[in-house]
Amino acid sequence: MASWGEASESRLIGKRIPRLSGKDKVTGKAKYTFDINRPGLLYGRILRSEVARANVVDLDLSEAEAMPGVKAVLPLVEVGRQIRYQGQEIAAVAAETDDIAKDAIRRIRVDLEELPFVVTEEDAMAENAPQIRDDWAGNQSEPNVREEGDINAGFEQAAVEVEATYHTPVQTHVCLETHGHVAEWEDDENLTVWASTQGVFGVRNDLAGHFNLPANQVRVITEHMGGGFGSKFGPGVEGRTAANLARATGRPVKLMLTRKAEHLVAGNRPSMTQHVRAGATSDGRIIAYDMKGYGTGGISSGAGFQAPYVYHVPNRRTERRNVAVNVGNQRAMRAPGHPQGAFAMDSLMDELAEKLGMNPLEFRRINDPSEVRQAQYTLGAQEIGWHRRNSVPGSGTAVKKRGIGVGSGQWGGGGGDGTQARVTINADGTVEAVTGTQDIGTGVRTAIAIIVAEELGLNPTDVMVKVGDSGPGLPSGGSGGSQTTASVAPVIKTAAAAAKQKLFERVAPQLEASVEDLRVGNRTIYVVSDRTKTIKWELATGQLGMESISEGGHWDRELRQGGVAGTQFAEVEVDTETGAIRLIKIVAVQDCGLAINRLTTESQINGGVIMGLGQALLEERFMDPQTGRMLNANLEDYKVPGTFEIPEIKSIVFDTHRKVTGVGEPPCIPTLGAIANAVYNAIGVRIRELPITPDKILTALAEKKA
Amino acid sequence: MPDKEKKQGTNISRRNFLKGVGTGTVAATVAPSVLIGAEKEADAQTGDAVASATIQLNINGKPYQVEVEARTTLLTVLRDGIDTSGTNIDLTGAKLICDRGECGGCTVMVDGKTVYACMMLAMDAEGKQITTVEGLADGDNLHPVQDAFVQHDALMCGFCTPGFVVSSAALLSENTKPTLEEIKVGLSGNTCRCGTYPFIFDAVKTASKKM
Repeated sequence: MASWGEASESRLIGKRIPRLSGKDKVTGKAKYTFDINRPGLLYGRILRSEVARANVVDLDLSEAEAMPGVKAVLPLVEVGRQIRYQGQEIAAVAAETDDIAKDAIRRIRVDLEELPFVVTEEDAMAENAPQIRDDWAGNQSEPNVREEGDINAGFEQAAVEVEATYHTPVQTHVCLETHGHVAEWEDDENLTVWASTQGVFGVRNDLAGHFNLPANQVRVITEHMGGGFGSKFGPGVEGRTAANLARATGRPVKLMLTRKAEHLVAGNRPSMTQHVRAGATSDGRIIAYDMKGYGTGGISSGAGFQAPYVYHVPNRRTERRNVAVNVGNQRAMRAPGHPQGAFAMDSLMDELAEKLGMNPLEFRRINDPSEVRQAQYTLGAQEIGWHRRNSVPGSGTAVKKRGIGVGSGQWGGGGGDGTQARVTINADGTVEAVTGTQDIGTGVRTAIAIIVAEELGLNPTDVMVKVGDSGPGLPSGGSGGSQTTASVAPVIKTAAAAAKQKLFERVAPQLEASVEDLRVGNRTIYVVSDRTKTIKWELATGQLGMESISEGGHWDRELRQGGVAGTQFAEVEVDTETGAIRLIKIVAVQDCGLAINRLTTESQINGGVIMGLGQALLEERFMDPQTGRMLNANLEDYKVPGTFEIPEIKSIVFDTHRKVTGVGEPPCIPTLGAIANAVYNAIGVRIRELPITPDKILTALAEKKA
Repeated sequence: MPDKEKKQGTNISRRNFLKGVGTGTVAATVAPSVLIGAEKEADAQTGDAVASATIQLNINGKPYQVEVEARTTLLTVLRDGIDTSGTNIDLTGAKLICDRGECGGCTVMVDGKTVYACMMLAMDAEGKQITTVEGLADGDNLHPVQDAFVQHDALMCGFCTPGFVVSSAALLSENTKPTLEEIKVGLSGNTCRCGTYPFIFDAVKTASKKM
């Protein structure tokens, strides 16, 4: 049976290894899609609607077309069609410089007949609201109702009940490299696209379909990409438009979204509002749970969330609806549905525990079926100093009050079949590993090098890893669902093992040993029963002469495993005079399976925690109900965490087994509940709406006083 | 047409606003070394009466001669500029991220001070020493900040990294032994979305020991 071996046998796997792309990234050499300069490059721009809902009455491109330096202008909406959200595409231009392109879109004339719109959930659900979708009555989807157990019997057994409404607003991805492409046609039938994407092969297949080309005549390259977080899978309107502009002009075209468009049309995490009534028995078991909730994913659906979450609830009824608004669509965002659900559930858990007079951690221990999290509670509580928390929330007379809270999460991340890879050993001793996955910042390139190097007795820097290119025709899935490493690692490992086997077969006669008796050492191959028999790596590969060894691999399920648990503890300090919240420390205990590279795994946990704290304390998309526009479509008014918001973060790679699992998403989940509960523990007033901002703190404190 | 009918396409952009400011600046402060020919005016047939000029820039110790419009930012020249000899400058380390001086992705040094290259007009950089992330290493020898960033994994997607590296190097050139608070203040003009901050702080501390 395939295995990764024991930790004690691993020379590289599980160690802290700096990523291979590090040097290129710190010197500015790393080329992202945004950095691609091609001979004859044109710059593309898209004119977008500033109104939320309108009929397109007329579109006149002639003035833009006549401008010097403008090479193509393409309509992206038909006269007579309806604009359904701010940011919707109207027309695109390609010009000699970006500034000319910018001038040109200002010369496009579009006549819009404005229509009544709704941009907030409240307005959408109001009586007599304008109906913005033909297929939904009252701008709401049919409720999705699920029932388990007997909810009435459950509430009868309950000793305490909590009824509360929890809300999280829309958050946007804020990829620092905006969505974008550089498209270049070699001839009428061969297209190369540099794409800032999480799915090289997905973009290839989409564009091949769009242009009705054989898939292998579209090549997609993503050497480096500047963040996706779930929003960058297909080419989207902008990717197809870049390719269309390139086709129309016969020149390469770069088309990157503006920062504003990135907020408006490149996806977002849907909002969540849930009204919950829940009960617990006197011995601390959650016994009944009744939830009615909704969220908006924009004009489309997809506003699901997890409820209940993580903890075992035997009797429950849940009802969820999507609400349509005239705003750009949601896209998957780091652990879709989980952070919202976790915030509500972990808040509810603490509220129930308080009514029972129980320690919230004890209450969790009773209701949490995960053995892994049970162990994590112990470790995390120790690290944060759980005993220091306020036994009476909000007690004390100090202006600045501290509190400690806990939150939990879970995720899959077990990978999937469908990756092809090739490991090649050349006669000169060089080794290549090629596959069609992409490195979205998680460090999969380095993980691949570590696996191959471990298998072949080399150093990671000895392995040339080629990812982010559909050219070699070795497909891999999109980087989503924390699936990348668990999908790719088993294939790479088995390919490297197959290549090693072939090399062993070549050198066995010379070493006068059987293939089974051979092992790799540090850049050597030796005979395990007679260690005096050894051959240096280059001498072994030199026997290949004009040949090379090139082997594929397969997705061995035994090498990966899904399902990770995580727990986080937060300590905060709240200034009761200003409402300012300062994070003191966050302890993240994250189940990671086998961490191929402990250093980059820690980076991912840090990153998840920081995105989580942004959602807890800072981030919110503001829509103006009067104008239908987003009020903070920039990085000034849309707040993402900066240096001042970063507390001490203790990221603990919690080893549970020696099988590969993905951890890109799970660490962003428990942060929200941990912070919300810590704030409550500090000031004794519960904020049930994210983000927890100073104004909400002061209002809540004032209401408590009154 | 009903009253609600709306015409789009007349928004005044920041660049346009800057363009006006920039033109004024050209006349007032950089005129002596700037060539503004009538034919250059004529080249700008966009109807926006864009003025252009040929300027000399010193980037990473190398002289460049580029033709720029008054509105052209330093960042645009670094990334997309073409030297009058026909070479692409192609210094793409500095990134355009927020496009309004909030995120620090385009941070470069001008006469040793960090500036947001998206907020500086190219013409205003004439005669000054411009250092980009590409100019920090000494050949193959990384700047201590760069080396520490790699060792500490102070980067993930890496898109914000050049800006953080330049800001960190500038911070350490002024304060060789910053405290954690001073590091946070020094890098407060830079934004990362992957969440690399903790390891960036570690990297700057490590680099400070080698300064």
